[in-house]
Amino acid sequence: MSTRTTHTRTIQGQKNLQNINQASKDGIGGSPLRPDGNLKVKGEFAYSSDMWHEDMLWGMALRSPHPRANILSVDISEALTVPGVYAVLTHKDIPGSKYYGLEIQDQPALAIDKVRYHGEAIALVAADHPETARRAVKKIKVEYEVLTPIVTEEQCLHPETYGYVHEPHEYKSHGHGNICHEQKLVSGLGVTDEVRATADVVVSGDYEVGMQDQAFLGPESGLAVPAEDGGVDLYIATQWLHVDRQQMAPVLDLPEEKVRLTLAGVGGAFGGREDLSMQIHACLLALHTGKPVKIVYSRDESFFGHVHRHPARMHYEHGATRDGKLVYADCRIVLDGGAYASASPAVVGNAASLGHGPYVIPNVRMHAIALYSNNPSCGAMRGFGAVQAAFGYESQMDKLAAALGMDPVELRQLNAMSEGDFMPTGQQIDAPAPVAELLQRAKDMPLPPPLDTEHLDVRQVPGALSNTSHGEGIVRGVGYSVGIKNVGFSEGFDDYSTARVRLEVIGGEPVAMVHTAMAEVGQGGVTVHAQIARTELGVEQVTIHPANTEVGSAGSTSASRQTYMTGGAVKLAAEAVRRALIEKGRRRYGWTHDDITLVGGKVVSESAGTLVPMVDLLGDEAIDLTREHHHRPTQPFDKETGQGFGHVQYTFCANRAVVDVDVELGLVKVVELTAVQDVGKALNPLSVVGQIQGGCTQALGLAVMEEIIIRDGKVRNASFTDYLIPTILDTPPIPVEILELPDPNAPYGLRGVGEAPTVSATPSIVAAIRDATGLALTRIPVRPEHLTTEKPGA
Amino acid sequence: MRVTFTANGKPVEADDVWEGESLLYMLRERVGLPGSKNACEQGECGSCTVYLDGVPVCSCLVAAGQVQDREVRTVEGLADENGELGLVQQAFIDAGAVQCGFCTPGLLVQTDALLEHDAQPGDDDIREALSGNLCRCTGYEKIMDAVRLASARKCAGKAASA
Repeated sequence: MSTRTTHTRTIQGQKNLQNINQASKDGIGGSPLRPDGNLKVKGEFAYSSDMWHEDMLWGMALRSPHPRANILSVDISEALTVPGVYAVLTHKDIPGSKYYGLEIQDQPALAIDKVRYHGEAIALVAADHPETARRAVKKIKVEYEVLTPIVTEEQCLHPETYGYVHEPHEYKSHGHGNICHEQKLVSGLGVTDEVRATADVVVSGDYEVGMQDQAFLGPESGLAVPAEDGGVDLYIATQWLHVDRQQMAPVLDLPEEKVRLTLAGVGGAFGGREDLSMQIHACLLALHTGKPVKIVYSRDESFFGHVHRHPARMHYEHGATRDGKLVYADCRIVLDGGAYASASPAVVGNAASLGHGPYVIPNVRMHAIALYSNNPSCGAMRGFGAVQAAFGYESQMDKLAAALGMDPVELRQLNAMSEGDFMPTGQQIDAPAPVAELLQRAKDMPLPPPLDTEHLDVRQVPGALSNTSHGEGIVRGVGYSVGIKNVGFSEGFDDYSTARVRLEVIGGEPVAMVHTAMAEVGQGGVTVHAQIARTELGVEQVTIHPANTEVGSAGSTSASRQTYMTGGAVKLAAEAVRRALIEKGRRRYGWTHDDITLVGGKVVSESAGTLVPMVDLLGDEAIDLTREHHHRPTQPFDKETGQGFGHVQYTFCANRAVVDVDVELGLVKVVELTAVQDVGKALNPLSVVGQIQGGCTQALGLAVMEEIIIRDGKVRNASFTDYLIPTILDTPPIPVEILELPDPNAPYGLRGVGEAPTVSATPSIVAAIRDATGLALTRIPVRPEHLTTEKPGA
Repeated sequence: MRVTFTANGKPVEADDVWEGESLLYMLRERVGLPGSKNACEQGECGSCTVYLDGVPVCSCLVAAGQVQDREVRTVEGLADENGELGLVQQAFIDAGAVQCGFCTPGLLVQTDALLEHDAQPGDDDIREALSGNLCRCTGYEKIMDAVRLASARKCAGKAASA
């Protein structure tokens, strides 16, 4: 007998944030606790993989074992005979458009005639048990004509020899050949022989970044429930409900209003949930079978089912005067975008416009491209195009400092941009840009004590409990870095967010309700929204309505934009509610004061004192208003020159890393990773510090361990056994110092927080390893073989 | 098959259990205890950690049939019968150690087990004990804070009751 008798957990997804009227006075600047924390520690918070419905089926996809092949035939007949199987679907069963995509509709919802990457979905099964589905998937017979995959930069750039990932006649990209998108940039005089001649010192290098995975812990999952009106309700973990719906509805051949999405609990995202994964698949199966269908990816399927961080090959050349002033930068960045476009165009835009770093450089030439290949698709991941470039330009800064005999921090400070300077895009920095100060503060923090080899605890050294060393062969190094990241969506995109705020009397108290479609992915937006409502409305009790498509779009939980954008929308809506309430009082009581505000549940005049309790003024009537927040407009970059007011806001972080390296075995232990970041205004300092520490740790992963290994287009390590993310033993203390220099253009002066540390921290760790070993280290992640076989200074 | 066991102090029966099912699947999909999380299902991430006869295990690696007549305690069993949070649960909330929270159930069980064994662990002991629990959001700093806080409160509680 199962003890579970109802399908209430389906609806529990909607209850994740209800009944959480925190009796707290905490407004912005405080650190009230998360409204979902209590449920999360009790195991009662309903994540998308926890959704459950009586009589539900389990969905599963058949995925391609080949990175490039023609599909000659698909035979589903045997799979359909497996007892417990309710449906087996291929692209032929798709009622509407066969393709979708974030920026370019080039991705088939199920493969049509060919597969373009290892793990591409070909067919779907719905069955009564996940094991039944798994067995049925194995009985689908696919006949392939296997083709040589197009995987290297050389192959991609010569399609006439090696072939096209997307044939020219089916071409949908912004680019040509196998180039998905490209962006050039020239500022000053560009980089000519004359410009080169004005530099006393020139350093150049080739750098490579491996493919990193978001590796969020909560697998892609959700529950699709067919509705009586012919539509579908989907409970889903995503980053942007409305853009999911926008891509889903044409494929399902339904009007958008019949595709209703409710956010289920999200177990991390980091960009990996910007694209669709199982959304369309679950809905196709639910609509086809007339039954609720749950899909939960296994970890290996998760590696195949979402886009990754673009691997990059970069060439940088910097010229400087003898006293260390940068004269020019010449940069080429090649990003492998994989089989489908995803967010590649925007990633290229970021790489091109941020790829010179937070430095004033009179002459810049940049060429950034994203390739189509038969490697796994790449798209959004925390840091979004700025991460790869930061490894390039910060490696160059260290190399240049060494060539000049200068201190690497001083060299950076000498060239650091500050407010009023111009980006190479021609955009003036019109908010604080304390790059030099961030570096100085990182440098001034006390260093950790040296390794005590006399009283050694082996858990503290590289190799730790493997007992590989007792201090011999271990050398320490220190490295610095700084990075720049944009906030919000750029290049002319009208990136807006919607919030609905309702104020009413419940149980004799004024209570605010905040309703947005913001995806809470763990970052703490729900906490901040309640803080904003408390601050603007002078109430203690705030309820956060579950995020769904019944309210306008909130945009994506990415690009460090949600506090800025949806927080800004909550602020606008709350201000409108406040004005409406005060106006109601003016009409009723004839107030003429011009200094009326809401404090502590009362309508207050600063000069005349309390006017009336809010509950008396509100009575039985609720005030319920919706507002949109648009950031200031931006412009597309000129295709050839890269010029344009492209970004909304910039954010900066500096790091200092201290590492111990076992030079005999090639093992690295990061001893400490300091972060100093300007956050404009910390709306919730506890969450801000948590975001910075988490961002630093993902950067640590990229520096020394995280990479999806691909050979000939095939993924070799799609598991947490083989794809390594930092454990608590790999992660050092991360002291954080925050600056709060307000941005005059942003709500409360805030700056997006989440990504800057992921951009900046990786190069500091590599710099520290170089400092310890003297090795050049031009590829990340740094692996033991790099440390044991490279020659110093190579 | 039918599996009969104790979950969080209460007798439970699960019917029609397929012999290949894990304890994690049975808890989540048959018994109505979805608190233990399904992040890797191969014993690498620790998100599904539960007590089995008082010993923390990855429930994804235990076959459902193995728990016949045994005692399982999950994250749902860490709060008391009135829903009052346990000491470790409260410390994780107070320290800001919960972000997306997917790793939290496993970390709570593992931390509870650590502090049962050693109420005052040093930082290296904490790191060693929790090294089987992956967290992707926090950077672990606030998890360290939470464990230290729980330890301090536990020791203070013991001192007060002594």
